[in-house]
Amino acid sequence: MQSETQLIFEQSKSGRTGLQVPATPENLPRYTPPAGLARESAPRLPEVSENIVVRHYTNLSTRNHHIDRDFYPLGSCTMKYNPKINDEMSALPGFAGLNPWQSPRSAQGALQLMWELSQSLIEVTGMDAITLQPAAGAQGEFTALLMFRAYHLKNGNVRKRIVIPDSAHGTNPASIVLSGYGVTQLPSDENGLMDIEALKRTLDEDVAGLMITNPNTLGLFETKIAKIIDLVHDAGGLVYMDGANLNALLGIARPGDMGFDACHMNLHKTFSTPHGGGGPGSGPVAIKDKLSKFLPLPVLAKKGDQALWDWDRPDSIGSVHTFYGNFGMLVRALTYIKSLGGNGLRAISDNAIINANYLRKKLSPNYLIHMDRPCMHEAVFSGNNQKAKGVRTTDIAKRLLDFGIHPPTVYFPLIVPECLMIEPTESESKETLDEFIDVMLRIDREAGETPELLKNAPYTTPVRRLDEAGAARNLNIRFFSDDQS
Amino acid sequence: MRYIPNTPDDRSAMLRDIGVSSLEELLEPIPAELRLNRPLAIADGKSEWDVRREVMELAALNQSAMNRACFMGAGSYDHYVPAAVDALGMRSEYVTAYTPYQPEVAQGTLQVIYEFQSMVCELYAMPAANASLYDCGTALSEAISMARAHTKRTRVVWSEAVNPAYRRVAETNNVALGIKFDCARCPDGSQSHEALSMLLGDDVAALVVQYPNFFGVVDDVRKLVARAHSNGTLVIFVTDPMAMGVLTPPGKLGADIVVGEGQPLGNYMSFGGPYLGLFAASNELIRLMPGRIVGVTKDVDGRRGYVLTLQTREQHIRRDKATSNICTNQGLLAARATFYMSMMGPTGLREIGEASARRTMYMMDKLRSVAGFSLPHRGPHFREFLMTVPGSAEEFVIYMAARGILAGVPLTRMGLSDDRGILVALTEKRSVAEIDAYVEHAATWLQGGAK
Repeated sequence: MQSETQLIFEQSKSGRTGLQVPATPENLPRYTPPAGLARESAPRLPEVSENIVVRHYTNLSTRNHHIDRDFYPLGSCTMKYNPKINDEMSALPGFAGLNPWQSPRSAQGALQLMWELSQSLIEVTGMDAITLQPAAGAQGEFTALLMFRAYHLKNGNVRKRIVIPDSAHGTNPASIVLSGYGVTQLPSDENGLMDIEALKRTLDEDVAGLMITNPNTLGLFETKIAKIIDLVHDAGGLVYMDGANLNALLGIARPGDMGFDACHMNLHKTFSTPHGGGGPGSGPVAIKDKLSKFLPLPVLAKKGDQALWDWDRPDSIGSVHTFYGNFGMLVRALTYIKSLGGNGLRAISDNAIINANYLRKKLSPNYLIHMDRPCMHEAVFSGNNQKAKGVRTTDIAKRLLDFGIHPPTVYFPLIVPECLMIEPTESESKETLDEFIDVMLRIDREAGETPELLKNAPYTTPVRRLDEAGAARNLNIRFFSDDQS
Repeated sequence: MRYIPNTPDDRSAMLRDIGVSSLEELLEPIPAELRLNRPLAIADGKSEWDVRREVMELAALNQSAMNRACFMGAGSYDHYVPAAVDALGMRSEYVTAYTPYQPEVAQGTLQVIYEFQSMVCELYAMPAANASLYDCGTALSEAISMARAHTKRTRVVWSEAVNPAYRRVAETNNVALGIKFDCARCPDGSQSHEALSMLLGDDVAALVVQYPNFFGVVDDVRKLVARAHSNGTLVIFVTDPMAMGVLTPPGKLGADIVVGEGQPLGNYMSFGGPYLGLFAASNELIRLMPGRIVGVTKDVDGRRGYVLTLQTREQHIRRDKATSNICTNQGLLAARATFYMSMMGPTGLREIGEASARRTMYMMDKLRSVAGFSLPHRGPHFREFLMTVPGSAEEFVIYMAARGILAGVPLTRMGLSDDRGILVALTEKRSVAEIDAYVEHAATWLQGGAK
């Protein structure tokens, strides 16, 4: 049998193909590219038959951990079950075969679907308007910041800085810089929340706004959020909620009611669209009315019963996606919302919160809980107890792999030493959580008794610990190292 | 609630173990005045059958390539997607995995991306490619900000022959970085025009050319590229991967960066997304590349394995020093493109290119004989062309749709002012019978009195 790690290129043999192209009648003209622009040497794509392709990629697929197989408690990533019906609906021929330039009249089904999803997301967030265009959370952040920028410029204010807490996702500062602002990072207070006094000291007419994740990346609700928002508004700034952790709030509290001017939501987290090994995602941005004239082009509108595109928006920031965003993800998200309904969305957050607090309580005797009080949808621990026994959080993470469990998010947020950020989601049963707890307690015992066992883990995975530094040092990012002749 | 396994008894037991008497105690950190003290105004959850029926009714309202002969393109193409691509692309091992942060249990995704990067390099004859970006528009945006970072210049030159949708995204995304864009007119549909060359200078970060261009014309841009390079300007090619079986790749024409829309490679049109932006660059630009990159390494037992590499470029490490905020690729789309490219191989790629181009030539020839219709652009095309109709393009398209044909994309839908222009695209799926029917209906429309 072939080695599992063989590359598709290594199975190539001249003369094989996996695709038969529809015949072209002989009487059609021959195609001759312009002089000097005919390809001379063919690209070295693999030459393999269809069944070789299917076997190769089926074999490769078995080397992945995935949510259908087992627990995946990656904090802030909301690895919940992705219902099968959602995928099937997005693949319906009436959606999959739709060219994006079709007239609104010939694509009413797609536009009505986007409209209905928009209305649902506006209700969930308590906002006034929305764009479905951003293809990911980071693009949603960036889109909102461009709208903040347009808002300030329209009002004749050239502001220079955006404030973030030190617990922010790395995309926040990167998005800020790309939208033309500087970053002011504030330390969290002793409760793991935004430091109001520090915020007051930094607010001035240069501050364009604040970006804050709520619940924050420590899994804590920012209890003083209303006060924080007032302070920023009083200073003439706008406030953005990074909605990465919206799974904790559905039907409980809404960013719009808290006073936020804009927030994104990750459809690939809260609304169950699958992560696809890193994408596609979808990061719609909901906003208050004062920002609506800056929405990206085109804006979905309704005239009578008909949904249509409004391109006549002179103050728009432009477009952040070639077309209307990751439409296939929008179909999945609306299917999910229809399946759950308003009552089901609330049940998601209730169960996600109970699951996270259950893990917090059960693990905290052995793992150092960062903030010992009720958390929302995720619980953040430090691996410092285990570090004292000579093992790092990395070792705990790698050992979990031997038990078929994907590790939590590790070493983030940056402010927690040896951080383990655990988000179980509502998808997991008490039985699964109990098994996870048993494994975590066993690993803690192993840390004391046989630390070498952890340091050399994992043992049962398709490959063992990989030399990441070596990969960057001896860079090999393609199969053929030579250039084409 | 069919996706939530915990029973009321489970929840009671868990709350007891947590040490609270009710869920309400856990929600205490959320101030009462910030709560939504009513149910969400969203209809209650429905059975899967009810949901399926509602969503299928929406899908049925659309005219799609599944029940019409599709001649629409302009950045989204109706190529055939083999069943094996769908079958592999639906495997939950690929669909329901996250970004490969733990490489030991993500070797499937990582090796697929490594193979994907290798194939993109081969298509474009470039030495390096990333794991993909959101779509072609965002890939072009990132290429431009990368050129800015490399050259420390802030002017970009391009022409009307670059897809206006891509240009709009690139402008939006780069406006805050202070980049200025100069756009040349292309009255003859060609970028070889002197007007483009005259905009170049030693303050230009990047020249952007589309090849084949937005109007489907295959320009010879070699002189233009040389002129740009003589000023230290980087050249960004926007290149359709499906042309790479028949046309000289950008890497052989002096490209410094190549971007492209990967949708035609085994992915559906899906109303514009999800797609994947292809991104390749020269060796000297590797460390400025945005997005995920997978590299080969070894595990402690010496076995070959794959990891995300050069991560020090990325936002989660560099934060406000990062040159891009992108933290994902379009993993599943890239996987599908990899399955597709493996199946077609070099022969299939060439045959699909030839099949599409020959159908295009055939249709252009036939249309030239229909009085009133004109094809304004001379020169060799690939699989798309501009047609001027004797009347309103929108009305022509409506007339054709009623006859089972999605006739093309009126230019006005892309924000251009020519209300008689239609961009028409052909893939290997279009039969001669469909093309003949198109031309016959066009002639009939004219006789019926176009307005």
